Amino acid sequence: MSQATKVEKDTVPQVGAGTVEETSVPAAPDIRVVGDTYRTVGDYTSANPVVRARNVDVFYGDNHAIQNVSLDIGKNQVISLIGPSGCGKSTFIRCLNRMNDTIDIARVHGEILLDGEDIHARRMDVVMLRARVGMVFQKPNPFPKSVYDNVAYGPRIHGLARNRQELDRIVRSSLERAGLWTEVKDRLDEPGTGLSGGQQQRLCIARTIAVGPEVILMDEPCSALDPIATAHIEDLIDELKKNFAIVIVTHSMQQAARVSQRTAYFHLGRLIEVGDTDQIFTNPQHELTEDYITGRFG
Amino acid sequence: MSSHAQGVKERVARGIARRYRRERNFRLAGLGAVLVGMAFLAFFFYTLIGNGYTAFLQTHILLEVELSESSIDPDGERDPQTLGRANYQGVIRNALMARFPQVEGRNDLRDLFALVSPGAGFELRNQVLANPELVGQTIRQWLVADDDVDMLVKGHMDRTAEESERRINDSQLGWIEQLEADGSVARHFNHRFFTSGDSRDPEMSGIWSAVVGSFFMLLVTLALSFPLGVATAIYLEEFAPKNRWTDLIEVNINNLAAVPSIVFGLLGLALFINFFGLPRSAPVVGGLVLTLMTLPVVIIAARASLMSVPPSIREAALGVGASKMQTIFHHVMPLALPGMLTGTIIGMARALGESAPLLMIGMVAFIVDVPESPLDPATALPVQVYLWADSPERAFVERTSAAILVLLAFLLVMNASAILLRKRFERRW
Repeated sequence: MSQATKVEKDTVPQVGAGTVEETSVPAAPDIRVVGDTYRTVGDYTSANPVVRARNVDVFYGDNHAIQNVSLDIGKNQVISLIGPSGCGKSTFIRCLNRMNDTIDIARVHGEILLDGEDIHARRMDVVMLRARVGMVFQKPNPFPKSVYDNVAYGPRIHGLARNRQELDRIVRSSLERAGLWTEVKDRLDEPGTGLSGGQQQRLCIARTIAVGPEVILMDEPCSALDPIATAHIEDLIDELKKNFAIVIVTHSMQQAARVSQRTAYFHLGRLIEVGDTDQIFTNPQHELTEDYITGRFG
Repeated sequence: MSSHAQGVKERVARGIARRYRRERNFRLAGLGAVLVGMAFLAFFFYTLIGNGYTAFLQTHILLEVELSESSIDPDGERDPQTLGRANYQGVIRNALMARFPQVEGRNDLRDLFALVSPGAGFELRNQVLANPELVGQTIRQWLVADDDVDMLVKGHMDRTAEESERRINDSQLGWIEQLEADGSVARHFNHRFFTSGDSRDPEMSGIWSAVVGSFFMLLVTLALSFPLGVATAIYLEEFAPKNRWTDLIEVNINNLAAVPSIVFGLLGLALFINFFGLPRSAPVVGGLVLTLMTLPVVIIAARASLMSVPPSIREAALGVGASKMQTIFHHVMPLALPGMLTGTIIGMARALGESAPLLMIGMVAFIVDVPESPLDPATALPVQVYLWADSPERAFVERTSAAILVLLAFLLVMNASAILLRKRFERRW
């Protein structure tokens, strides 16, 4: 957590003071900096949104980590967030399930609607929100418990199963949907930490979908995995989008191109460009996006 | 280019020997420090065991004791009250006189009677009370020898020294040698040392009342300091807002861990005894005082182990919608528990070895009876060591060392269990 804060610290002041876009990239007509507002290129809305974020700002203490970001997350769709380190991708998805609440100095402004309900509203319980918006983390983090207990934990605390049979069914179907059932069905009692890295990450995904969320947030889910495990997870994401809306943060542009239907490019705390993945990677509108995806910086 | 590389290589080569020498010197210094420490430890144990092991044996004298009905139970009714009131020390004196019929005169007889411990009569009495059929019989009985005889037999007293230089006079020495010659003097395992309380007579004294006192005290300390300390740590670490007040509390807790223990004793005296009116010399007060002393240690250890739980586990739990309380009690606590237990046991071990605060609340008293509850007057093991170390009798020297050995054994067991717990419950992720 402190690391995330630190990264933001390093990059953000440049934006506020000197407006890097204007100085280092003078020919960027699409960015009009007027006070603290700017315009995102492309269509950030979605025809069928689950989550609608409008004018979201996040501050870590005095640092303006993300600025005025508006973005829709569509149903049954994968949207990938790309951009250089410290650009606010992770900060943004951590707003969607209010994970930023766990950081004392973080403040979030703006409106985020989940199915039309304001997630910051007093009526919205954060525990309920996190059951509806699941999260998979960068490093596989199974609980140091058995495979079964890892998956059963969410349903248990939320009281989703009335009896043991029902719980067994939820665990089994979650593991099946995470493509892990055949590999672990004989060792459900063994510790989840004993699985391989890729299996652990799929276990974490199973744990997340066991609660039956509407949205799954994935924060660089493959960065700690080898290419084979990564391919496995990518297939899984493709499968999961039939039932869930998925937001994936990734540093691999190939991965973004492979798994997502929409792509959003973040730069220094701003959402620069959003569009269909094909269009972003073949015909980016913004110069910064083009520089990034062609590998000129980042 | 190559000449430049040559120059660099030479310069590095010149320095390299010095670098290795420094490393070697540092390692030698470390090894030396370890060896010096081990030497001190070895010397410490050599002295302790050398002084103390003889306390685990006790000299006994074999006598033919006549438990005549006329002297013990004149009514012949075997009434326990009558049996209990009889003069058993007199019975033993008669046995001594029968053994050495040539001894006459008050002074000589007093010297003769001094060979056997004044406590031997009590033991004989208990034996008769437990088994009244002994009355009327003559039994061959091993009786506890007096501490001076014990010291002489164990070789702590020089038999060849001038008579005025030793506590056993020549005639006593003669009788002892007579007894030794026909095998009537022997050293047996000293069960009294482990089963009886303190006594003015070294041969009758034991550590049991101190052990029980220490046990009650630690029980109170554990029952209070573990739940309180862990709950405090969880609140401060996980729930309390980080502001100037919690900073102040944290600094104070860290400072309290370094406060001299006698200050806690004074606090206990003022608060628990003078203000709340709790009994003096009682393990419950000792336990309360030691709780005050161990709490900071437990809190610091528990906070450190909470802090060492990786944040990824908390995120995982929060991510599936666990509340803060569930996250902490389902996931963070089980991972932090081995560290908490280790800290607590080490705090308890420190409390077990503490004597200074107990002096302030009256636990230095001379306690003969074994306490039956935490409210009875009691003493503690380290205080017992202190009391015996202060006593003039030569026989208390070995008992002091033996008591220290017992105390160290308890500490060793506690610390070993701390290590064991940590090894056993430590989970990797």
